[in-house]
Amino acid sequence: MTHDTVHQAGGGLPLPRYRRDDVDAHPPLLSPGYRSTVARAPRRPPAHLPQRLTEITGPLLGAGRLGDLDHDLTRQHDGEPQGQRIVVHGRVRDGDGRPVAHTLVEIWQANAAGRYRHASDTWPAPLDPHFDGVGRALTDEHGRYRFVTVRPGAYPWHNHDNAWRPAHIHFSLFGRAFTQRLVTQMYFPDDPLFARDPIAQSVRDPAARQRMVARYDHAATMPEWALAYEFDIVLRGREGTPFEDGADGDG
Amino acid sequence: MGERLGVTPAQTVGPYLRIGLRWPDGPYVVPEGTPGAFWVRGRITDGAGGPVTDALVESWQADPDGRFDHPDDPRGARPPALAGFRGFGRSETDGQGCYRLLTVRPGPLPDPDGGVEAPHLTLSVFGRGLLHRLVTRLYFPDEPAANAVDPVLRGVDADRRDTLLAAPAPDGLRFDIRLQGDRETVFFAV
Repeated sequence: MTHDTVHQAGGGLPLPRYRRDDVDAHPPLLSPGYRSTVARAPRRPPAHLPQRLTEITGPLLGAGRLGDLDHDLTRQHDGEPQGQRIVVHGRVRDGDGRPVAHTLVEIWQANAAGRYRHASDTWPAPLDPHFDGVGRALTDEHGRYRFVTVRPGAYPWHNHDNAWRPAHIHFSLFGRAFTQRLVTQMYFPDDPLFARDPIAQSVRDPAARQRMVARYDHAATMPEWALAYEFDIVLRGREGTPFEDGADGDG
Repeated sequence: MGERLGVTPAQTVGPYLRIGLRWPDGPYVVPEGTPGAFWVRGRITDGAGGPVTDALVESWQADPDGRFDHPDDPRGARPPALAGFRGFGRSETDGQGCYRLLTVRPGPLPDPDGGVEAPHLTLSVFGRGLLHRLVTRLYFPDEPAANAVDPVLRGVDADRRDTLLAAPAPDGLRFDIRLQGDRETVFFAV
């Protein structure tokens, strides 16, 4: 492609725009209660990047990245993992309530004893030979995802004296654009460690913080098999776009 | 529709990101053997200059023609110009804090304001101690004319622009990322 054709395409490109990242919902990068932020959070304010083609597009990774049992962490080995079986399900939507369909959701977590299958996790809780703690799923056309797993245990860490992480599951989401990329953690309701956890509490707005807490969902339990939690995830929404009222985007 | 929902807050990937986010083919934006492919390698360092050994870098870029296989590209989604081109790369850092991505040079991009964006990769950095991802861009050292008119580079303080420029390396490019300190990398709010 020559620069001329780029110029030609450039005049008045009707790009969708995503709302700017909500600085009140997200934790400040420098949150000294979480000690590791002190040497790692950038000290300069971020530069403003007007969204362009690279930001409003993103990888649309599909079923090719999934194995048949990736969504069921209790069936990835010959034997069953220890612990309380749970269903974790929910919807992925954008800030305007639109479902984010066919998007990759990746999770990872500790086992029921609070131990990760990771060489650096050396605290003396047992590994489970039947549990890797890794899952993947695609949302359906309504933005719904579903995992079966076991409830992770809490575990100690070295952030401060007698520090314990509340039970949590790590979630990674792509959405449909680079702007929507999100990594977060799901917490469990009524966890006494939540209020003591500097990572969860780094989110200063209590309402935003609560959005990281799953809801016990009795209707989604599997009778005589598994309890269930619902965890809805909201990615950034769009600004109004030239496509909003009209035809679908050829213009 | 019309309801406005609050977004889910970001949280750190924590120290064990590797078990969940490592893909064996992650570093390969293009398959090995792709014509024109080169390695982007770099080291992530913290405020003390130490290597960040538990981070993850992700890249996203246009294909060599400057196109995206994505429905929101107003020029139309188009399959990549190169077989096996994924546009996306992901690499966790190793024991020295180094990441690596095998890719090809993206084409220039039309800018909504009528200009041209120089070839670039957009990068996300995740890690323990990072409560939200960091976003930066990699520009090519041998594109001085295109870089000089790039609307994003021009919006960055002149004395910090060089933190966004990769350096030539034996098998491609070197792009170090400094989270803090002297010559802290420019990170963007998108």
